Amino acid sequence: MAKLYNVSSSPHVRSKDTTGSIMYDVAIAMLPASAYGVYQFGLKALLVILVTVASCILSEYVFENLMHKPVTISDGSALVTGMILALNMPADIPLWIPFIGGMFAIIVVKQVYGGLGQNFMNPALAARCFLLISFASKMSTFTLDGYSGATPLAVLKAGGTVDVTAMFIGKIPGTIGEVSVVALLIGAAYLLVKKVISIRIPAAYILTLAVFVFIFGKQDINFVLAQICGGGLIFGAFFMATDYVTSPITPNGQILFGILLGVLTGLFRLFGGSAEGVSYAIIISNILVPLIEKATMPKAFGREGK
Amino acid sequence: MGLATFKGGIHPYEGKELSENKPVQVLMPQGDMVYPMSQHIGAPATPIVAKGDQVLVGQKIGEASGFISANVICSVSGTVKAIEPRRVANGTMVNSIIVENDGEYKTVEGLGADRDPSTLSKQEIRDIVKEAGIVGMGGAGFPTNVKLSPKDENAIDFILVNGAECEPYLTSDYRMMMEEPEKVVGGLKVILQLFDKAQGRIGIENNKPEAIKKMKELVKDEPRIEVVELLTKYPQGGERSLINAITGRKVNSSMLPADAGCIVDNVDTVIAIYMAVCKTTPLIRRIITVTGDAIANPQNFNVKTGTNYMELLEAAGGFKVEPEKVISGGPMMGQALFDLNMPVSKTSSALTCLSHDEVAASTPSACIRCGRCIGVCPSHIVPQMMMEAAEHNDCAKFEKLNGMECMECGSCTYVCPAKRMLTQAFKEMRKTIAANRRKKA
Repeated sequence: MAKLYNVSSSPHVRSKDTTGSIMYDVAIAMLPASAYGVYQFGLKALLVILVTVASCILSEYVFENLMHKPVTISDGSALVTGMILALNMPADIPLWIPFIGGMFAIIVVKQVYGGLGQNFMNPALAARCFLLISFASKMSTFTLDGYSGATPLAVLKAGGTVDVTAMFIGKIPGTIGEVSVVALLIGAAYLLVKKVISIRIPAAYILTLAVFVFIFGKQDINFVLAQICGGGLIFGAFFMATDYVTSPITPNGQILFGILLGVLTGLFRLFGGSAEGVSYAIIISNILVPLIEKATMPKAFGREGK
Repeated sequence: MGLATFKGGIHPYEGKELSENKPVQVLMPQGDMVYPMSQHIGAPATPIVAKGDQVLVGQKIGEASGFISANVICSVSGTVKAIEPRRVANGTMVNSIIVENDGEYKTVEGLGADRDPSTLSKQEIRDIVKEAGIVGMGGAGFPTNVKLSPKDENAIDFILVNGAECEPYLTSDYRMMMEEPEKVVGGLKVILQLFDKAQGRIGIENNKPEAIKKMKELVKDEPRIEVVELLTKYPQGGERSLINAITGRKVNSSMLPADAGCIVDNVDTVIAIYMAVCKTTPLIRRIITVTGDAIANPQNFNVKTGTNYMELLEAAGGFKVEPEKVISGGPMMGQALFDLNMPVSKTSSALTCLSHDEVAASTPSACIRCGRCIGVCPSHIVPQMMMEAAEHNDCAKFEKLNGMECMECGSCTYVCPAKRMLTQAFKEMRKTIAANRRKKA
């Protein structure tokens, strides 16, 4: 018999997008914020980014080898986790801390639960919270131009005033990647244009927070804008809350998820002990994702009545 | 106003430029003809000729063996060589009549005679359609006379002609709308004669502006017929998507289109109705696109049913490069063939030959829950969760997730960045569940 052709079940064509291309798009979208961080905080910021990323990729490589699983470092997901975690660090952090953070994110939060797609919390954020609890003072000491200073939201909480324009550009103390709203928005626009993320989660998150702080905080436009620009909200809303694995898969669930994030962040900021709250709001909401999905299952075509 | 469409869907590479401007060529077969007794949904037909019999063009050689079944008509003249199982495009062996073609094309008496449909009663028209062995030529192969005989003919509001041709690469319907649009309108008018209260609608995707113009011009004085311009999007030509786009009505898996007051027929089927009723010619040919980047001269053919695919390939100049994959139909819903030694059936719409097999080139990996499958699903269900149920072989959960609403269009599998074999798993689940339901019934 002559050569047989390939057979498989339809469809016989595939889109060009792959897990890898999506992950690299997310990494590209974080470049403006990373570049601004290095520009503002200096080469030490670059070192933090490199060490965190290296720690994540190395952890994934070693763990998967030890467990005799296929090595997946080329899919870019460890790179993305490393970048998100690094951008959540102060630039002055001793380098062994981000190294431990990377290991925690990949091994404890991601691989132990089964690897890519199986973790129920955002690995980078869970690792950040782990580091915040373990090394509280080192993780929350921020300097700008050589002077250590309070973040704008801490100033606001203490009753002071802040410069919203400086916050928009990024001339403020904070973590490497959260400070420049404009750099983050450039990356976010890239993700939206490339259709890597939808606007549902970030829009619901930011709008809800704005309404919440307007009602329960100050009825002052400057105050509301500072709440939006500060505390890593833009970074969290576009880059961390939109993590596929740990956010709802249903369209309505994504909106509900965003609203929940806004309310939790507002609660933490206005009524909690800390001035920030984005990270905790996201990992708490991560845990509620299965419930949110159950409540927001789409109605099948032609069966809307049931 | 936006163009008529549905929610969901994808935009794969269309590939229609390969063959859309190639006029339909009539192909005269040389070799033996193979007529499978099952080219439709329902009971296989029963052979009514025997080995050694002389047969003519237009002669009934297989008799419908039940209510949902269809006659098989001979498309050449010659001698019955054998009646034996032969392999067909879906991979199974089907009892088939093999006819040695004498190349003379002697016809049965009266074949091709003009007939005025206005002199025929509704029952006469339905009987002609049934006798002619006409089935849905869009791919499903549902016997057309059954479709044209709903419980309550006054409940039918719309006769929809499906000219969407949303499947990539296919251009056969487009060519027919360009070359013989009057037959499409003629066939639709015959159907409208059966349903006094119905309006005719011809749905065409807006990537075929010439066809839209031509059809619009032709129906401008027809009070009961309108051409509807549809947004180009796969699966726009899926029956449920088409009904939704044109009428706003919704049909689910436990309904027939007739339950929503609609009857949908593909362009080639409507032409077959016209030919049977107005030209006394049963279903003995179909229009088929031979295309793909591996084909030397992609083009459209008017082929006699039963012709071997090898002859089609030869007529299109053979392979320019060795194909990795050969598909009966288009790349989204077609059947991959491991071998070309198979007959053209009533439901073959294309032979698509691709030099590169994207399925073999991609390895499925872990789901990252990106949700793209949900965004594109025309049935508004959740492929990601259905896949979890399928992996655990959990039929109950699969049904609860409305898995039976899946139309197997393949959109979720197309967009999946992890290249997961979603549609394949769903087909298996749906088959298992349907079989279990039959057992219980």
